[in-house]
Amino acid sequence: MIEIRNVHKTFTRKGQSIEALRGVSLNIAKGDIFGVIGYSGAGKSTLIRLVNYLERPTSGEVFVQGEPLSGYSPAELRQVKKKIGMIFQHFNLLESKTVFDNIAIPLVLLKKSKQEIRERVTELLEFTGLSDKAASYPKELSGGQKQRVGIARALASNPSILLCDEATSALDPQTTKSILELLKRINEAYNITIMIITHEMAVIQQICNKVAVMERGEIIEQGNVLDVFGSPHHPTTQSFVQTVIHNSVPQSVLNTLKAENGRRLFKLKFVGGAASEPIINSLIRRFEVNVNILFANMTEIQQTTLGNMILQMHGENTVIDQAAAFIVSQGVEITEVEA
Amino acid sequence: MFDTVITSEQLFQALRETVVMVGVSLFFGALLGIPIGIVLVITRPGGILENRFIYAVLNPLINIIRSLPFIILLVAIIPFTRLLVHTSIGTSAAIVPLIVYVAPYIARLVENSLLEVSPGILEAAEAMGATTFQVIWHFLLPEAFGSLILTMTTATIGLVGATAMAGTVGGGGIGDLAISYGYQRFDTFVMIVTVVILIIFVQGIQSAGNRLARKARRD
Ligand SMILES: Nc1ncnc2c1ncn2[C@@H]1O[C@H](COP(=O)(O)OP(=O)(O)O)[C@@H](O)[C@H]1O
Ligand SMILES: [Mg+2]
Repeated sequence: MIEIRNVHKTFTRKGQSIEALRGVSLNIAKGDIFGVIGYSGAGKSTLIRLVNYLERPTSGEVFVQGEPLSGYSPAELRQVKKKIGMIFQHFNLLESKTVFDNIAIPLVLLKKSKQEIRERVTELLEFTGLSDKAASYPKELSGGQKQRVGIARALASNPSILLCDEATSALDPQTTKSILELLKRINEAYNITIMIITHEMAVIQQICNKVAVMERGEIIEQGNVLDVFGSPHHPTTQSFVQTVIHNSVPQSVLNTLKAENGRRLFKLKFVGGAASEPIINSLIRRFEVNVNILFANMTEIQQTTLGNMILQMHGENTVIDQAAAFIVSQGVEITEVEA
Repeated sequence: MFDTVITSEQLFQALRETVVMVGVSLFFGALLGIPIGIVLVITRPGGILENRFIYAVLNPLINIIRSLPFIILLVAIIPFTRLLVHTSIGTSAAIVPLIVYVAPYIARLVENSLLEVSPGILEAAEAMGATTFQVIWHFLLPEAFGSLILTMTTATIGLVGATAMAGTVGGGGIGDLAISYGYQRFDTFVMIVTVVILIIFVQGIQSAGNRLARKARRD
């Protein structure tokens, strides 16, 4: 659906050149909700703006539905853009127009008939839950309502791709949740491919199926959200993951444990099927060890449960080793933590 | 009651002349100035239709005309005026330099109004695949409408001031009355009446402009 192939982008400002993208490649399949996460200045906005050619690559190529964007004439490019919706952090609505007229703009640009516009806008108002706001002006709306208008406007021309640049970053957590739910509904109802830029891992966790992590103009890690959340490799990814999955042993706990001998700490990770309780039960029944659960949590990603647990085992070293091997045999990942 | 030399007919005649001069030159000034202002905005570096050449010609040209005092402009373009209206005196002869004076002024004010439109709006327009004309017509102008009304208000008031000097070429008008009777012949009554009329004029234009702009901005 969208392919970015080895794109470099260099900006020159006041004689200084900034390499915003350094050889970025990614592939977004139809129906994906693809998240791109990174700290401010990583190059995320530059990346998403490549897709509708608001930004042209310095080198490399962008393909949308198999066609290279560089091959289009300006007029053709405008037609391509009409099939790509975009929503923004600050909504970018026209203050001088009503909600209805804001949503109608893409259709007016397409020179649709009044009748057609009325039908389509009414449908979109309903879909986004704004039916009672049709005659309001953006000034009179809350942030969440403004973003709904932005979404309705982006959908007006029936796009097959929706680009979201920090679309929830100006919203409170509750409103963010409802906007993300709306995006998910759009993805499911219209099979629209969605690309989301964010600096919040919670956004990725809530709706994305794929994720790419960016740092200094490069993608440092990408894959299925479940895989990346389950085993983040890059330190930056790990710190992003830790904002939603707390799986490190608190220092205060470590301090109290240090002194005790014959006790070892383990981190366990369950993905999906492997349920924790029976394993712990059999562990205690089969081996001569005392098991103390210091920490446990569950995170749901992509309808799959990701479990984290920190155990302390007390007993003979060899027995503890056998117990650890047993846990591995149950399909659970285990790593010993140095106390 | 008052010791004055002018008649009420003269006063009404002057009033009519001022309204005609301001109205006609505002109309043609806007007709020229608004498109020039738009061209300045879209061709400027970073604009939606960036064009170094057009911008580099238009920008200083406007500055040059704007730096001329109206009275100098009035005299300097007499040959041009004669070419256009076949006379160099009277109300219609005054209107030509008034247009030349106000058009660049309007262009600059329009430019400023349009530059106030948030870049995000233009980004949204570009993302929607709008043509340059569509960006101007459906995004820039509606978003700047309230500000443009204030712009035209300011231009109108500037014109009222400039018409006072139109007397130099026999243009007439309230301002001319104030200068030739009130000032040069020490007719205090004419002085007071004309000044009061000018104040009412300017106040009226300003508050009407403010009200319209408020309505357009939905404050
Ligand atoms: N139009 C531009 N001109 C110059 N530098 C730019 C421009 N756009 C972005 N940059 C620079 O490119 C880098 C990446 O910016 P951006 O893509 O906006 O990052 P992010 O969205 O991840 O915060 C930053 O250093 C930024 O200053
Ligand atoms: Mg950004």
